Amino acid sequence: MQSKVSSLWELSSPGRRVVQTPSSDVPKAELPAQLARKEDADLPEVSELDLIRHYTRLSTLNYSIDTRFYPLGSCTMKYNPRINEQTARMAGFAASHPYTPVQMVQGNLELMYSLQQGLGELSGFDSVSLQPAAGAQGELTGVLMIKKYHQSRGDTGRTHFLIPDSAHGTNPASVAMAGFTALEVSSDKRGNIDLDHLKSLCDSSIAGIMITNPNTLGLFEENILEVLQTVHDCGGLVYGDGANLNAIMGIVKPGELGFDVMHFNLHKTFSTPHGGGGPGAGPVGAGGALRDFLPGPIATLSSNGQYELVQPKKSIGRLKTFYGNFGVLVRAYTYLLSQGGSGLRESSENAVLSANYLMGLVKDILPPWYDRACMHEFVSSGENLPDGIHTMDLAKRLIDYGFHPPTVYFPLIVPEALMVEPTETESVETLDAFAAVLREIVKESKVNPELLHDAPHQELVSRLDEVMAVRKPILKNPKSS
Amino acid sequence: MNENNRGWNMSYNPHTAEDRQKMLETLGLSSVKELFADIPEAYRYPEVNIPEGLSEMEVKNRLSSLAGANQNSEEGLWFLGGGIYRHYIPSVVDAVLSRGEFFTAYTPYQPEVSQGTLQALFEFQTMVAELYGMDVVNASHYDGAASMAEAALMALRCKPGRQTIYLDDNIHPEYKEVMRTYLSGTKAHLKEGLPGEDGACFITAYPGFTGEIKDLKALSGLAHDAGALFIVHADPLACSLLESPGACGADIVTGEGQPLGIPMSYGGPTLGLFATTKKLIRKMPGRVVGQTMDASGRAGCVLTFSAREQHIRREKATSNICSNQGLLALAAAVYMAAMGKQGIKETARLIYDKGAYAASVLDKVPGFQVKTSGPFFREFVLSCPRPARDIAHELELKGIFPGLALDRFEGFPESDLLVCVTEMNSKNDIDSLAAALGEVSK
Repeated sequence: MQSKVSSLWELSSPGRRVVQTPSSDVPKAELPAQLARKEDADLPEVSELDLIRHYTRLSTLNYSIDTRFYPLGSCTMKYNPRINEQTARMAGFAASHPYTPVQMVQGNLELMYSLQQGLGELSGFDSVSLQPAAGAQGELTGVLMIKKYHQSRGDTGRTHFLIPDSAHGTNPASVAMAGFTALEVSSDKRGNIDLDHLKSLCDSSIAGIMITNPNTLGLFEENILEVLQTVHDCGGLVYGDGANLNAIMGIVKPGELGFDVMHFNLHKTFSTPHGGGGPGAGPVGAGGALRDFLPGPIATLSSNGQYELVQPKKSIGRLKTFYGNFGVLVRAYTYLLSQGGSGLRESSENAVLSANYLMGLVKDILPPWYDRACMHEFVSSGENLPDGIHTMDLAKRLIDYGFHPPTVYFPLIVPEALMVEPTETESVETLDAFAAVLREIVKESKVNPELLHDAPHQELVSRLDEVMAVRKPILKNPKSS
Repeated sequence: MNENNRGWNMSYNPHTAEDRQKMLETLGLSSVKELFADIPEAYRYPEVNIPEGLSEMEVKNRLSSLAGANQNSEEGLWFLGGGIYRHYIPSVVDAVLSRGEFFTAYTPYQPEVSQGTLQALFEFQTMVAELYGMDVVNASHYDGAASMAEAALMALRCKPGRQTIYLDDNIHPEYKEVMRTYLSGTKAHLKEGLPGEDGACFITAYPGFTGEIKDLKALSGLAHDAGALFIVHADPLACSLLESPGACGADIVTGEGQPLGIPMSYGGPTLGLFATTKKLIRKMPGRVVGQTMDASGRAGCVLTFSAREQHIRREKATSNICSNQGLLALAAAVYMAAMGKQGIKETARLIYDKGAYAASVLDKVPGFQVKTSGPFFREFVLSCPRPARDIAHELELKGIFPGLALDRFEGFPESDLLVCVTEMNSKNDIDSLAAALGEVSK
């Protein structure tokens, strides 16, 4: 077992430092006493070696794509190519200032323009804004665009937004932030949006619907065209949550199906690393009437061959300072160039093939909740595990075997849900090994259940008391004064 | 399937033709296309007009050529700021960030296998809390503007019935635009000026958009007398030198963490900071890391207060924020630890002194006048004898970036230039800028 990693303050000793401040070449200026800080901020004081060892030790406590298989459903934890990191760090990008005159940053603008074109072509939308900093900000963007669209037509009675019961939690939260009331639509027996329920909800109070397709059950909506038609018929618009685009690149274009607006999770589909929580990027594509409402500025190509930054005519405004998470856009564009159109299609095919293969391998022990071909992920249920054993126990036991647990207890409509997404970058050997371990753990659950209950056994810490974390919050290091 | 390995980057996709065959056989399928039967046939396998994939060498050449088409701040004399700043980034920052175990990890939902990320964020929260003088800091927002917008939404939750967000006149114009967009879904509205009885909060910036340092204690009194929350958007680097917003009575502190070891990257990604008091802790949006114990009494960190978040509260959540800026919070943590208690303050002092020197020198250039009257940090407004835009343009062609012409924003005169000075500018740079301005004013 690894030893506990000390805090930075435990390593700290007055007078130590990593960075030597340059000596000043200007006179000292007067700082009025009432403005000056009375007591120094208690930052740690460590040497460079101590600092590097501290963070290197911490890093070894993390599971990551570079170290483990991460079959986390709905998160698309694919391999992050190293060239992406190199290009994003090129000085021409990383040391570029957002207020440099546009004529002097044509490389940045061309990159943004080309990425917009690529994303638009892949999804079937005429226009793309790269502004939103993350998928959830993209959702808010799309819903605000729909709101402004209805307002611009004087159609002010549309107060409700439809959300399937299988949706990500950010969907209802985004809708509420935009001032709408969320209305839940049930799923039918095959995991699709229930058409009858949908029809009963659609009236002139509906501003739109948010659909993840393939949905969070890992299924492509079989009645997608009818769903779109039903919502459009009542005057509502359709928002596509692009979280699961990794399953359908080059295989179907949401814009062609009739979606009105959609976001892309570049940190999922376009191989930007998740960074332990971010940054990501959530560009939004729109077609037809909605394109003028996109947030800006958007990179455009003028007739004289120069790239410019333009605010769409009826834009909802800015979601982000400057031009979005540009560094993430560089990584995504690098990936787009590396894969190319047919490479992206192959990636989706392989992602879907891998998920179905893995689902097939474990079908008998962890039955999929819906017995259909899945897309790039599948949802099984741990309902059949022995009494007292929960999906969470199985997930935690996987850690002992060196695998990151899949997503558990989501989507909410599947009891004891276990949501597995292998992605296209894992080899058959890894999938086989994972399935074999699941099989072993299910066996253990029958003969040695406490192995699962107390898991994980090998890590620095075992299951942590989350209730205590809420009741007696410790949110700062107590070593600091 | 393309067997010549051109249309498909084998290096990211391990499945060989044999692998695919084996997998298909296991599934009893003859082609992978059969897996897509649920997609309406007319829309399946559309034409995708994106060129074939390139080799790594070709990709790198293409990206190098795009990067090379940009002017970057490593060349030329640089005094351009306005919300994104050129600061020194210690070597250790990228060394830590480049560890795959950090940058390829997911959000730490499984604490047992994420203690590295969690402890790093916990220490980040602690260091930001120290600089801001606040009780609680969360694990970050998308950027400074998103933090400020979320703070306004939080104020609306804390002060039910009050629908006005009062803004000081010193807020960055782009932040105001972001706030307006975020608030467009609510019934609330923005108003510039001192808070009235309908104010949910009063927001000021420290330093302001044009660099001035206002008296926070006085503003805090005004906000609280009106019954509004006092929100300070504070530069974390400046706070190592100046009295902390917490000590001046702030209820919420937001900030942009880019000065803490994060590259400019054409404006993003950066780091939204968010802090509040113990009293308001449960109204705070975003993730927060807390310390707790396992069954054997070993200390460990978890994401906590998740009951406020969308995966439990859904439409009643305090915010829709899901991914944040974890890796950049790590960068800021490494930066703060590398600077240490003394280093960060000395850096802020250098910035303060160099700015003051620049103002004194530029004020003496015939035709130019420093408009910022009181103390300022990092930036000040220089009034130019001709439109600032023209002067900047002429100098930029010579590789001198004298600052930001403020007329790009509504309400600023065309003569105003926002000059930014950091620890990266030497006395020589500043003298050269003065000489160059002297030339163009003629």
